[in-house]
Amino acid sequence: MKKQILEFLKTILIFSFGKFKKFTLRFKKTKTMKDMMIVYYSEAKSARLTGKKVAWITSGGPVEPLLAMGIIPVYPENYGAMIGASKMGGGLCEKAEAMGYSSDLCSYARADIACATINGGPLQGLPKPDMLVCCNNICGTVLKWYEVQARYFNVPLFILDTPICHTEYTPEIAKYVRSQFDEYFAFLESACKRKFNYDRLNEVLLRSFQTQVLWQEILDTTTNKPSPMTAFDAFFHMALIVTLRGTPEVIDYYTALLATMKERVTRGIGAVPNEKYRLLWDNIPIWHRMKWLSQKFASQSACLVADTYTSAWCGTLKYVSGDNPIDSLAEVYTRIYLNIGVDEMAKMIIAMIDKYDVDGLVLHSNRSCKPYSFGQLDIQRIVEQERGIPCLMIEADMADERSFSESQISTRIDAFMEIIKEREETSKK
Amino acid sequence: MLTAGIDIGSITAKAAIFEAGKLLATKVIFTGYNAEAAGQKVYEEVLGEACLEKAFIEKIVSTGYGRNSVKFADKSYTEIMCHAAGAHFLNPHIRSIIDIGGQDSKAILLDDNGKVKNFVMNDKCAAGTGRFLEVMARAMEVNLDEFGAMSIKSKQPSKISSLCTVFAESEVISLIAKGEQRQDIIAGIHESIAARVSSMVGRVGIKEPVMITGGVARNIGVVHALEKKLGMKIEVSPYAQVNGAIGAAFLAALL
Repeated sequence: MKKQILEFLKTILIFSFGKFKKFTLRFKKTKTMKDMMIVYYSEAKSARLTGKKVAWITSGGPVEPLLAMGIIPVYPENYGAMIGASKMGGGLCEKAEAMGYSSDLCSYARADIACATINGGPLQGLPKPDMLVCCNNICGTVLKWYEVQARYFNVPLFILDTPICHTEYTPEIAKYVRSQFDEYFAFLESACKRKFNYDRLNEVLLRSFQTQVLWQEILDTTTNKPSPMTAFDAFFHMALIVTLRGTPEVIDYYTALLATMKERVTRGIGAVPNEKYRLLWDNIPIWHRMKWLSQKFASQSACLVADTYTSAWCGTLKYVSGDNPIDSLAEVYTRIYLNIGVDEMAKMIIAMIDKYDVDGLVLHSNRSCKPYSFGQLDIQRIVEQERGIPCLMIEADMADERSFSESQISTRIDAFMEIIKEREETSKK
Repeated sequence: MLTAGIDIGSITAKAAIFEAGKLLATKVIFTGYNAEAAGQKVYEEVLGEACLEKAFIEKIVSTGYGRNSVKFADKSYTEIMCHAAGAHFLNPHIRSIIDIGGQDSKAILLDDNGKVKNFVMNDKCAAGTGRFLEVMARAMEVNLDEFGAMSIKSKQPSKISSLCTVFAESEVISLIAKGEQRQDIIAGIHESIAARVSSMVGRVGIKEPVMITGGVARNIGVVHALEKKLGMKIEVSPYAQVNGAIGAAFLAALL
């Protein structure tokens, strides 16, 4: 009883803090990422007071229907990144391993499963879910991960199955995925006990689309030389496109960010002093080593100008159509980067190499993320054949800092940069 | 012009002195606990070997894992670049290098000018490295220097299937308990290294002629096992272990 009262008081405190923060933000001209995240998480953590429902959803899952129903989406993967960045991944993964989960399992899954059972982790844990929404367009691990959590929290789970589009989005796939969207809406109706709001969905979809266009424009400012931002900056600013795309606040935030980047371009300010070499990053960041890696590359005048990860949240813009928004929603979510064939992925990487004019490709072979990592050797071979630029493979893990060998990786980066520099000198001659 | 190259590896520290494009002297010592002190010591000893004083040396390049702890070096390069330069100096025709050191193994692909075209390193694991052999030598109670000669006597190498040093050690112990011949077990150990290294070499796309460098090149058993596995001849230089230091001294002359 005492514990429950304490818990209730804590929720009131979080609620009031969030409200207060939101109020003060009205008078603040430029809102920081931290401001936005504080408001977002305090609203999610005090949802029980406001009568709102909380849904946990996979990073590539269709969030727009949740927002249309006034449900607060929460992302265990975004939280996994936070765990990684705060270097809590190793400890939480150890805990999951002690619970019986294999060390070969994704570190986001391990950290999230372990975190749910303790009163800890960043922000003292995620708010408890009322439902789970799992879309397997990013990987197969999420199926079992969400099933585990659905049993643990005893809440309903919705699974959206998106077949891999090796080469194309066939009529069969379209029909199959589209029909699941109707089931998804019905699931939300039963969870919220009210009719699905299609008008609201259209509004949210429009904003989501605008946000993605803005995000692409921000990422494209790095085609300028010097680049006004690095992929490490994109890894930081992406949190909002992942968690809150479809809300007006995010449009404001990205509009301001785009203006800042354009201003930097006009004034010729580069993110890396004396940018000499431009690189492309593949795979999820090594969250626990962002600072080290960014300094390591910057010390060699190398700027990671683009990456395949942050662009995944706007990579399917070309499939958006206003004629039939729900059909287009199904297509957009099915054709994301991780749900296409390796040849298609290589094509996209080559297009990025040309667009951002890069001198080398850095591939993070991520022990956690199998669908992202398993085609990398082929991609590397294709890139070397088609564009002849040096490629570097780094073996690490996005959130488990135990899978990182500093001196090995340091030597690899140094040797990679030596090759790039030598090539530049040879081409000058 | 006199130059020096210092290669601080995880097990041994190596040094080489060059004079006008000619190799004057080399030295190998154990790195031990203090990489910085090992750098000083191997430098002093190689100078003694060449009967020279520090003042005569114009440029110094450091390399290897301890490259940044050699404070008196003018510049440092990675061992990948130095092994390429060393191999190119010893034999300009070389197009691929397999370097097996104490804590890592690498495959390096060279272009026609002897410059690094591509490279692959082992992942975070001791299997397929010199350290793996050290662990096995201890389990076998055989001096590591005798490993090569013993293994080539084997008619039927044992099968060692584990990819992990710790598990491979228990596998070796169980083979000893089964009463398998010592030379067969050692030959099996060498084949397991060859299997590990050849999968890495496959990733970089090896081109002949191939040279093996690093301390493990001194083990004829590993070289034979690798030649068998890859189906190609591998050149072993008498300077294999100091190749990185030679490359560093060579590059120092270009500074």
